[in-house]
Amino acid sequence: MHFELSEEQRMLRQTVSNFVRKDSPVERFRKLRDGELGYDRGVWRKMAELGWLALPFAESIGGLGFPFVDVGLLLEQFGTTLVAEPYLASVVLAGKAIELAGTPEQAERWLAPMIAGETTLALAYQEAESGHAPERCDCVATRTADGFRLHGQKRWVLNGHAADWLVVSARLGGEIALFVVDPAASGVSRRSVQMIDFRRAAMLDLDNVVVAADQHLPAEDAAAVLEHVYDYGAAAAIAEGVGLMDAVLRMTVEYLKTREQFGQKIGAFQVLQHRAVEMFVECELTRSASIRALIRADDDPLLRRTAVSAAKAQLARGARWVTQQAIQLHGGIGITDEADVGLYLKRAVVLNTLFGDEDYHLVRFASLPTFAAERPDQPV
Amino acid sequence: MTMDLSFSAEHLAFRREVREWIPGALPPHLAQKAKTGQGFSMDEVMEWHKILHRRGWVAPHWPTQYGGPGFDATRRFILSEELELAGAPTLSPFGLSMVGPLLMQFGNEAQKARFLPTILTGEEVWCQGYSEPNAGSDLASLMVRAEDDGAGNFIVNGQKTWTTYAQYADWIFCLVRTRIGEKKQQGISFLLIDMKTPGVSVRPNLTIGGTHAFCDTFFENAVVPQENVVGPLHGGWTVAKALLGHERTLIAAVGTSRRALAGVKALCRSVHTPSGALLDDPLMRAKIARLDVRLQALQMANYRALAGAELGRAPGPESSILKLVGSEILQQCFELAMEAIGHNGLSWFNEGVVPDEQQGIPSSFCYLRATTIYGGSNEIQKNIIAKWILGLPA
Repeated sequence: MHFELSEEQRMLRQTVSNFVRKDSPVERFRKLRDGELGYDRGVWRKMAELGWLALPFAESIGGLGFPFVDVGLLLEQFGTTLVAEPYLASVVLAGKAIELAGTPEQAERWLAPMIAGETTLALAYQEAESGHAPERCDCVATRTADGFRLHGQKRWVLNGHAADWLVVSARLGGEIALFVVDPAASGVSRRSVQMIDFRRAAMLDLDNVVVAADQHLPAEDAAAVLEHVYDYGAAAAIAEGVGLMDAVLRMTVEYLKTREQFGQKIGAFQVLQHRAVEMFVECELTRSASIRALIRADDDPLLRRTAVSAAKAQLARGARWVTQQAIQLHGGIGITDEADVGLYLKRAVVLNTLFGDEDYHLVRFASLPTFAAERPDQPV
Repeated sequence: MTMDLSFSAEHLAFRREVREWIPGALPPHLAQKAKTGQGFSMDEVMEWHKILHRRGWVAPHWPTQYGGPGFDATRRFILSEELELAGAPTLSPFGLSMVGPLLMQFGNEAQKARFLPTILTGEEVWCQGYSEPNAGSDLASLMVRAEDDGAGNFIVNGQKTWTTYAQYADWIFCLVRTRIGEKKQQGISFLLIDMKTPGVSVRPNLTIGGTHAFCDTFFENAVVPQENVVGPLHGGWTVAKALLGHERTLIAAVGTSRRALAGVKALCRSVHTPSGALLDDPLMRAKIARLDVRLQALQMANYRALAGAELGRAPGPESSILKLVGSEILQQCFELAMEAIGHNGLSWFNEGVVPDEQQGIPSSFCYLRATTIYGGSNEIQKNIIAKWILGLPA
């Protein structure tokens, strides 16, 4: 039982924390949100120089080989000031998919430039009918003489509007398969859309797109890779959510300490104090669940699914409560676009929706053998 | 060292040792009650106390110089968790966990020699005299008076309430007013009173759980030697406050809730609906899953607190939520149990009317409404967190 950060991890957290406070306050997000890209390619390259884009990849393919806990440390900090660079889409989703499903040559071709900050990637798994289950996939791949042909539609592709390469899931002879698609290829059309949190995604149409044989990621079990990557996405969302919740709690407590009504600080009113404490409770519970999910993200599937689903369901409840109550406690100012608290509520909606919402994870959690175990003494 | 969610080999071996020991040590009539979730009588609790004492595990948090096993925080936690998971009787905390540690911290040598050994053996049973009819959450308003008789004694008058198990107790530790101070926290002393003292009388109250747990304890010109004051005279508030810092890693009762929730799942497996077992009913399953997810988050918060304690760290923010959340979750477990057994939840101590394992549920459901009240009500806990952790103004 050990939850202390190593020296290396403390340094990483400190570096990221300095970055978000000095170089990436919420005002930076406000400037970026109206642009067509929504983030800053220069900052992306800076992240590459700092080694952040290499964190979770094996050293053999140019990564740093750090555990997923370290990605969580970084994303938690990103969550505190709404850092908008596509780390989740490019590193966690598409990057891990290529690493886990691809060959060393494919990693060299698509991962190396991304790790260097020259490109960004996206993972296209969501479809109009797939709900929260990425294995529900209607996009079809058919074999041709020298490769494949992809046909179908993808929805809400994070960073899909700007990615240099798209990792796309499709059914090949009934089984899930993963392909790397050039967005400039003939038959690919993408429409950039704005999400509720002012970040951008793509609606993707694939009309019999020709894909070369070496663009197929030849994992033995691509469905398992996709599921693992989806869990990485969930764990990443949980970690970012913890940072977001903490920031929201901090700004709300600060407001309670400064705003005066009836001749006193409103934070002196017990009804508001208790509400703030209930927010604090959700922050601590979610943080606790998050630590477990991050540790288990690299672990065997049963422990991983249990920990990730438990934590994602807790995040949903906790982040919803904290952001909604934060707006309530800010009063009318909380409803204005000018106040930051609303930006956090919107990001929380996105984090809660992506990679399985509360119901999806409760159902999955309750379907695992750990749930029905006779004795209550299984490992956490 | 990377983050790690497993216990060390040494601690796992200890867990096995405890787990293998319990079934042979728990007498059959107690094991039967544990299985069916019925309450234990005070005699049964003390019977178990003595069995644990013979094994050397009755006071895992006591240092070896006072007869404890000198366990580290993780061993204490594991022992407590395994006992909870087995449904063994919960020991009375008043001697072992409350007055005992306070005597070690504040008592003089004579007091330690007189009282600690019999707390350990269970020969003397203790109860707690803090609350009064007009001093509940506002404890410092207490009014029980202890007046100096000029002959080395206090004359004690007044009423204590919620004195749990006072009817079985040999001794009571009390907060009494020995002086009227400028602030109400001043002039309070921590006093040990022999329950056999003339003028001390006890009236048990029936709880909503149908048991006689609480009592009122009355003092009418009870003569108590002044040497029974623990810590500084008039400085009892400091002594009482010290208790709040003790053993926070055990307060969440995660083991008890895990056992209760596993019990709910077992019940739901045995209850049949037109469409199959209740556990397969999507709505019921979702409710259980929602609670389970929260319990597992609490368990992780508890582990974080434990890992911190193991490193000798002062309790962090995560430990302040343990009582608050743990008490709510335990109540919710029994709300689900009541829902699961449906109309059988209407039965109040009838023999042979409902299955044995359902017999104790209505009583527990009612009595456990106390978890969010005792040990500092959850509203008081929130006041403390608001002030000391969030720094909100008074």
